[in-house]
Amino acid sequence: MQPTSAVREILITGGKTVRDVSEDISRQVEGKPTKLWWTAFSISLVLLMFGVYCLATVLWEGIGVWGLNKTVGWAWDITNFVWWVGIGHAGTLISAILLLFRQKWRMSINRAAEAMTIFAVICAATFPLVHMGRLWLGMYWVLPLPNTWGSLWANFNSPLLWDVFAITTYFTVSLVFWYIGLIPDFAVIRDRATRMGNKTRATIYNALSFGWDGAAKTWMRYESVALILAGLSTPLVLSVHTIVSFDFATSIVPGWHTTIFPPYFVAGAIFSGFAMVLTLLIVTRKVFKLEDYITIYHIELMNIVIIITGSIVGIAYITEFFVAWYGMVPAEYYAFYNRATGPYWWAYWSMMTCNVISPQLFWFKKLRTNIVTTFILSIVVNIGMWFERFVIIVTSVHRDYLPSSWSMFYPTMYDVGEYILTFGFFFTAFFLFAKFFPVINMAEVKSIIKSTSEKKH
Amino acid sequence: MSSTSEKFLVGIFDDEDILLHGVDGVRDKGVKIHEVYSPFPVHGLDEALGYKRTRLPIAAFIFGLTGTALALTMQIWMLGYDWPMIIGGKTLLHCLHSFRYFELTVLLSALGMVATFFIVSDMKPYKTPRSYDIRSTDDKHVMAIDLASNKLSKEDISRILKESGASEVNEKNF
Repeated sequence: MQPTSAVREILITGGKTVRDVSEDISRQVEGKPTKLWWTAFSISLVLLMFGVYCLATVLWEGIGVWGLNKTVGWAWDITNFVWWVGIGHAGTLISAILLLFRQKWRMSINRAAEAMTIFAVICAATFPLVHMGRLWLGMYWVLPLPNTWGSLWANFNSPLLWDVFAITTYFTVSLVFWYIGLIPDFAVIRDRATRMGNKTRATIYNALSFGWDGAAKTWMRYESVALILAGLSTPLVLSVHTIVSFDFATSIVPGWHTTIFPPYFVAGAIFSGFAMVLTLLIVTRKVFKLEDYITIYHIELMNIVIIITGSIVGIAYITEFFVAWYGMVPAEYYAFYNRATGPYWWAYWSMMTCNVISPQLFWFKKLRTNIVTTFILSIVVNIGMWFERFVIIVTSVHRDYLPSSWSMFYPTMYDVGEYILTFGFFFTAFFLFAKFFPVINMAEVKSIIKSTSEKKH
Repeated sequence: MSSTSEKFLVGIFDDEDILLHGVDGVRDKGVKIHEVYSPFPVHGLDEALGYKRTRLPIAAFIFGLTGTALALTMQIWMLGYDWPMIIGGKTLLHCLHSFRYFELTVLLSALGMVATFFIVSDMKPYKTPRSYDIRSTDDKHVMAIDLASNKLSKEDISRILKESGASEVNEKNF
């Protein structure tokens, strides 16, 4: 028997039984989609279609249709890439690191967070792929395949190549982790379909569950697999954004060339990832009536993670400024002075307000346990995190060492269009997931029902 | 699988703690348990059933080592021998390459372990598992006892199951 702590708060409310868990979570998979679902899904699909048009134009015409110029060679595309990769950090962090720390509150939120991770990483990958221009030749540059365009093999010294390896590994392992978690729940839906006499659904979900039987021996192996996957994913989560930060930190561009980048990027990634999880889950719990499973307590704990990571990010911003002043390198000093007071001052101060000031509001218990405040602030945080990447990327390169080449970046419809493409894809994929897959890990929640559920009387 | 029908007694348990005591009770009385099916992992059940620890971590380690070796071989051969190139004045093979060692180690370890898990557990998309009681994925713990591998009579086993906390005892033939 698992020892349970008396000081732990109740994780599942409403006096739920094990059977209620199957019933409540499977319902949305078994029922017909609601009008609200169709409306939201259609809007995402329209955004996706508009994005596909913009993407097709970029592929046909080349990336010259973007607003890039000779001075600013990385702008919206790489900003969006880093933003999406950052968002993709929360899922595996919740399921892997919180599993190793035996945090039971992760159980209600890990499934949706992992799905979000996978979709976010797909969104992120589109930007560097398209930025390569002729992406059909890209595989020779990013994969270790022999080629005749320049170097015979890929340059293993390039941080851009490290990124390819890091992100593809992260994506694959996260996908496997997510799917392994889904297997027992697919079997629940299969057996319910069998009982309801729905043969087609039973066959489909049986195939998805790989013929899961729930035997004690299989569970023993399954738990071992989950624990090792968590152990493997933990350094992976931390390494991915570290390597993304190397894309900048290993260069000699003032504003990028700083040793603080790896921990600062990882904290920022967790910060934005948790914010996106909150945005999605607040809507999901309402639409699917899951308030008993994703409680105010869960939301409060996530908000505490947001205060911690937001404060780390804030300290990193201030440290960067201090080091630029203390280091007395004129180019470095100017890069930071220009960030705060140059033509992009509005982006800088938007970032500071959204990322440093707004999460501090969560020190007040009343605010961090309020759904509306949390929802608004979760969106504010992600706006701030987008500006952070824009500030780092664009303001660092738009005024380089030669004042004659100083320039500004103005996005075109195609820059914006590709960003919309990823939003369209992300929400289309998330709505399909929420309709056809159980959004909460039933097996895990069932295992804690006895120790953490609110009793009926 | 034999062509003759296999007869099982199926004990249904409503709660994981009753099940754990039940497993001990049933085994103490000399009844051989075929398998227990649960809707969620029950901690301590594998020890109660006398299962040995899984060797999947060893598989994960071996696959991980394969990944490290593959990454090392690939890079040393590609950049050191096949087309040696000096990039940025750095030596041909230096420690910064270690990122790929790490990534390929993790990748192969994860994929190899999961593939091994599917193979040893005989899990595949086109497999239809035996269902001793359909509620075993919902809210009941199901203990299956193969009558052929037990010397005790059906009535005796049924009585032992009930005494050990089973809320129902059913018969199932395959």
